[in-house]
Amino acid sequence: MDVLLDNLDLYGPGFLNTVELFLISAVGSLVLGTILAMLRVAPVPVLRATGAAYVTLIRNTPLTLVFFFFTFAFPLLEIVTPASFGSAAAYYRNAALAALILYTAAFVCEVVRSGINTVPVGQAEASRALGLTFGQMLASVVLPQAGRAVVPPMVSTMIALLKNTTIAAGFSVFQAGSISLNLSDRGENQLIGLLWVALFFVVLVTPLTLLQRSLEKRWSIAR
Amino acid sequence: MRVRTLAVALLAGGLALTACGKEGSPGDTGSAPTQQVAADVKVDGSPTFEKMKSRGKVIVGVKEDQPGLGYKDPTSGKFTGFDIEIAKLVAAKLGFESDKIEYKAIASQGREQALINGDVDYYVGTYTINAKRKEQVGFAGPYFTAGQDLLVKKDDNSITGPDTLKGKKVCSVTGSTPIQKVKTEGLTEPENIVELQNYSQCVTQLEQGAVDAVTTDDAILKGYASQDPSKFKVVGKTFSSEPYGIGLPKDDKALRDKINDILEAAINGGDWQAVYDNTLGKSGSTANKPVLERY
Repeated sequence: MDVLLDNLDLYGPGFLNTVELFLISAVGSLVLGTILAMLRVAPVPVLRATGAAYVTLIRNTPLTLVFFFFTFAFPLLEIVTPASFGSAAAYYRNAALAALILYTAAFVCEVVRSGINTVPVGQAEASRALGLTFGQMLASVVLPQAGRAVVPPMVSTMIALLKNTTIAAGFSVFQAGSISLNLSDRGENQLIGLLWVALFFVVLVTPLTLLQRSLEKRWSIAR
Repeated sequence: MRVRTLAVALLAGGLALTACGKEGSPGDTGSAPTQQVAADVKVDGSPTFEKMKSRGKVIVGVKEDQPGLGYKDPTSGKFTGFDIEIAKLVAAKLGFESDKIEYKAIASQGREQALINGDVDYYVGTYTINAKRKEQVGFAGPYFTAGQDLLVKKDDNSITGPDTLKGKKVCSVTGSTPIQKVKTEGLTEPENIVELQNYSQCVTQLEQGAVDAVTTDDAILKGYASQDPSKFKVVGKTFSSEPYGIGLPKDDKALRDKINDILEAAINGGDWQAVYDNTLGKSGSTANKPVLERY
């Protein structure tokens, strides 16, 4: 208990930053992932190839490597320079967000695509026959049905994202993953410190699990 | 047929490249005088020493990314540096030849746990002695006294000391003592503090201009500056005192006293100076002999 109470100045901001990183990258990756899934089922071959290439490349790269790229290699391309962000903290935070969003989007894309596959082809054909465009067909017929089918794997992906945020600790973004590193320097018992971190993660994941349960119940259909 | 030619060509190319890599590797740097190995050493009442004896070798925790102190050559896998030589010296006086030492690279954050778990027998790696750490581990020494300093680009004259850091981006290792000091003393704004995994990454960022200064103990910074003197310089104004100790299991007083005796003999005799001259001393700086703090 002492380890927690003596270091509330680490735990408080640490977990606040974790939640913030998670919320922003969750929204970002859900949007980008859905767009990618739409690309992967698009009627235009170039779009399908783009989507497939993205997923293959990003999904097969370790997240730490994606972080490395945005922190160390990306500035060398001089598209945006770290100096243009004003403060160092802003640069590393954006680098972390970019890495998390781009990485998770690949997984979200595949989850959404698996949902699209559960919708019978006849429905897509019928909506096209009724005169809906490809976009309208996806937005009002296929994706709503796909969404409800993929709640459990989607929540799993989001839980993985929440835990993945800790990798940012090594890349100058202070959050829950940095707590134990700071504890060591303060001479605190790290094992107990990490147990508290684990406990808080359980607390953070619980609402996601409850959300999954309630969505599943609300969107369940009689088959 | 064409595929086979290509495969053969690739294989030959690959072989040539690997052969190159091995032959071109640099020789060992900073070989200190070999130590006389003591015979029939006894440390009564030391469980750690008993463990070493029955195992037949010593496991020493060290750093692997600090040139001049504890550095692992990526090509040969050999460890070199001042800390390594101190570790060898202690092992020799405990009765273990240098080929009976197993080095285990352990980063700063894992040190206490490694000693508590008994993963290493003792730890020599820029380990600052402080009261809080003494609650978890024991310390012999200090065997060296360093001080916090700044590494900047060669042509940067705007940073002359800790008071000139305002508005500058400062990098160090996540949660390390030097970066905590920068934070608590408000030497620069919180949003300008950069915390990465190791010092090499900080130095890379300094080279790219993403940060303006790297801060940690002068001994470590001198190592980087001497690797690349045309690019970096050490400011040379220390603003803390970091007594480096040898980390030991907390309750092993017998071994602690023994290692203190070994260090005292080395400092008063010529061994310590010889080790320093062969490693850190090569950067041209001199060092004051440390004064042991027994407890």
